[in-house]
Amino acid sequence: MKLRPMPRATAKEHKKLVRTSIKAGTNILVIGGGHAGLCAAISAREAGASVVLLDAAPESMRGGNSRHTRNLRAMHTEPTATLTGQYEAEEYWQDILRVTGGETNEALTRLVIRESYPLLDWLSERGVKFQPSLRGTLSLDRTNAFFLGGGCALINALYRHATQIGVAIHYEKEIEHVELSDGTFRWAETKAGETFRAGAAVLACGGFQANTDWMVEAWGDAARNFLIRGTPLNRGYVLRDLMAQDVLTKGDPRQCHAVAIDARAPKFDGGIVSRLDSVPFGIVVNRAAKRFYDEGQDFWAKRYAIWGRLVAMQPEQIAYSIIDHKMHDLFMPSVFPAITANSIPELAAQLGLDASALTDTISQFNAAASEATCDHTILDGRTTTGLQPNKTNWAQPLDQSPYHAYPLRPGITFTYLGLKVDHHARVQINEDTAAPNLYAAGEIMAGNILGKGYCAGTGMTIGGVFGRIAGINAAAGLTI
Amino acid sequence: MSDTIVITEIRSEARRTFEICNACRYCEGFCAVFQEMTDHRTFKDATLDHLANLCHNCTACFHACQYKPPHEFAIDVPQVLAELRPQTWQEHAWPPSFARLLERRGVSISLLIASVFSLFLGLSLALIDQNILTAQHIGSGAFYKIIGHGTIVLLAGAASLWAIVAMCVSANRYRQSQAFRDNSLHSASVRTAWRSVLHDIFYLRHLGGGHDEGCNEDDDRFTNLRRYFHHLTMWGFLLCFAATSVATVYELLLGWQSPFPHTSLPVLLGIFGGIGLLIGPLGLLYLNAKRDDLHGMSVAFIVLLFLISLTGFGLLILRETSAMGTLLAIHLGLVLAFFVTLPYTKFVHAIYRTLALIQFHRIS
Repeated sequence: MKLRPMPRATAKEHKKLVRTSIKAGTNILVIGGGHAGLCAAISAREAGASVVLLDAAPESMRGGNSRHTRNLRAMHTEPTATLTGQYEAEEYWQDILRVTGGETNEALTRLVIRESYPLLDWLSERGVKFQPSLRGTLSLDRTNAFFLGGGCALINALYRHATQIGVAIHYEKEIEHVELSDGTFRWAETKAGETFRAGAAVLACGGFQANTDWMVEAWGDAARNFLIRGTPLNRGYVLRDLMAQDVLTKGDPRQCHAVAIDARAPKFDGGIVSRLDSVPFGIVVNRAAKRFYDEGQDFWAKRYAIWGRLVAMQPEQIAYSIIDHKMHDLFMPSVFPAITANSIPELAAQLGLDASALTDTISQFNAAASEATCDHTILDGRTTTGLQPNKTNWAQPLDQSPYHAYPLRPGITFTYLGLKVDHHARVQINEDTAAPNLYAAGEIMAGNILGKGYCAGTGMTIGGVFGRIAGINAAAGLTI
Repeated sequence: MSDTIVITEIRSEARRTFEICNACRYCEGFCAVFQEMTDHRTFKDATLDHLANLCHNCTACFHACQYKPPHEFAIDVPQVLAELRPQTWQEHAWPPSFARLLERRGVSISLLIASVFSLFLGLSLALIDQNILTAQHIGSGAFYKIIGHGTIVLLAGAASLWAIVAMCVSANRYRQSQAFRDNSLHSASVRTAWRSVLHDIFYLRHLGGGHDEGCNEDDDRFTNLRRYFHHLTMWGFLLCFAATSVATVYELLLGWQSPFPHTSLPVLLGIFGGIGLLIGPLGLLYLNAKRDDLHGMSVAFIVLLFLISLTGFGLLILRETSAMGTLLAIHLGLVLAFFVTLPYTKFVHAIYRTLALIQFHRIS
């Protein structure tokens, strides 16, 4: 496969930067120690720069949201050591186009896709280990490369490599202010007033989903009931600070990766285990014990990421997935046990729902459902008729006690509103100009690619590709 | 706290742990434990015991865990399995009371037994002839001038018979608790699994961390040190066992009497095995101490192996001097103590792990 070179900023674009960087002690400051920040720091260091990386978390919780990840989506024209078949750039592009409904930047997305393939080897050479996908729930063995041991293992490998090659790493440094003058980065400052000067900076400190005030601003009080699946430290301070300095942003503050997760999960950092796969196996009702969406619209792997928003739109942002006994062992076990009762009214009592309303909903559903056994391995077309909404696949009566329920809440993975960047990963100060020495990578700029919707594994791909581009360009800018 | 309460608490922590792990499964590529785990939705005591014995304590999953402390889920799979593992051995050991005693005071009791045997051997001879221990004995049959051939055969035979019987009873009790499907180790499916089992054992696959670069010791770096030390210990033990077996054949079938020449097969096997048993156990002791993983059964086993090898070399070097008699008594005392305590020491991990691997490979 022929690959075009990574995009690098031109010498002219960096002229201004040279003068400022010579005076600075550190060449490059990387803010954020997740996957994107590490890729940037390593790339910059390998290009000869002196690099300081700041992570807001203590060492024991380092790595931001990346510690909860599991794979990245990579194009490949032939099978690799861990990926089956082929996943051509065009198919990848069509997948992104479909999930985002066109709300994406084609040039940047195609850049991410093109660079996703060499990213695999680049990570392997730096100690990251991949595995073939085994028995995970989502069938992603063709499109997604799985990290052996998950995101935390990837993060450990990259920190180890970064340390070996001489990246200076500081934990518990949460940046709140980034000083720009004349559209050029000068220094970054923590809340305590500690400043870090550098010739260039890479911002890789994530979205703002853990900032409840900001989420409430975007969503109203509903946001108080959202659970945050990853780090409690993605509070968007840097993003907010740059917005106050009129730096361009991209995306809608309400857009995010939101899945329906177990309502009993912790407020922060519940990660993968709070995931629930029960929805297509039964029905989902809200506080009023009414169904509100087609539970059998498509395979769960393709639908789990819309259910966060669906639950967010319900009263009190809560819903209940209800199944009967015959379905209990058919999906991945959940970390929280099902709420179980021998009859529907008893289950309603345990859930605090109106017993007659729930009984009505379930009898209506049962009457409208198909008697035949459904086949969960295909879209079996066994639909209810006459319901509003219908369940269009796997509609089977709930008639075998005991009955089981799982409470659902929106679980936010990351927000999409971010900094607008160009193909050098430079932050756009305004429509015509990019900052000569300020770069962004990862969730803080993922909105350039993902206007809405999500394709499993793209977050880590965007982080890795833009992390590398940012690091290479930041370092090149200093030496030109 | 009674032993039942202890094991119940450990099992309930293991159950809590695996209920979280089973909803994550990020570690499925590391080893057999996680592949086995995905076959279960609930975790019975026997399943937890099986997972504990399948775990080689490489700790890769701990370092890769996003839920390890200080996360509120506080997951530490290798730790809880390391606590459960010796409990499962004790629970199935026969007789159980001896196992519990050794777990608490493993090193002191083993050395006490060794001393008693050594003293017995030494004194029983000194009573016969005061000079016999300190005199020089050279040439074929010299050892038996110190300790009669019959005495050695009787003591060694009794000790190893005891060890074999006790371990067979334990292994059988464990197999029954695990409800091996056809309760037979000779079915066709087991035979096909044997190849994988032997590969796992002799290659120490699961000490490779899932990628062959080794376990984690101090931090998230990988190192094959534990694997190398274990290889030295295991092969050292097997070579010494071979040396003893060859010597037994020489003596009982061919009528040749020890001590054998330095270039003879038993001595050469013993030298190579002994070197393994000097380095391997020390290395493992060092690595376990760093992990704070020093329980009685494990330390006693490692210390005895090391001392047996040390006195063995002492005997080889000084066998033509007057120190031979004393050294021989000590060496044989240690060997006898090793066999008597064998069913209750870390040695049994080999049995339980082999059974666990057979079960794993048969199921998979």
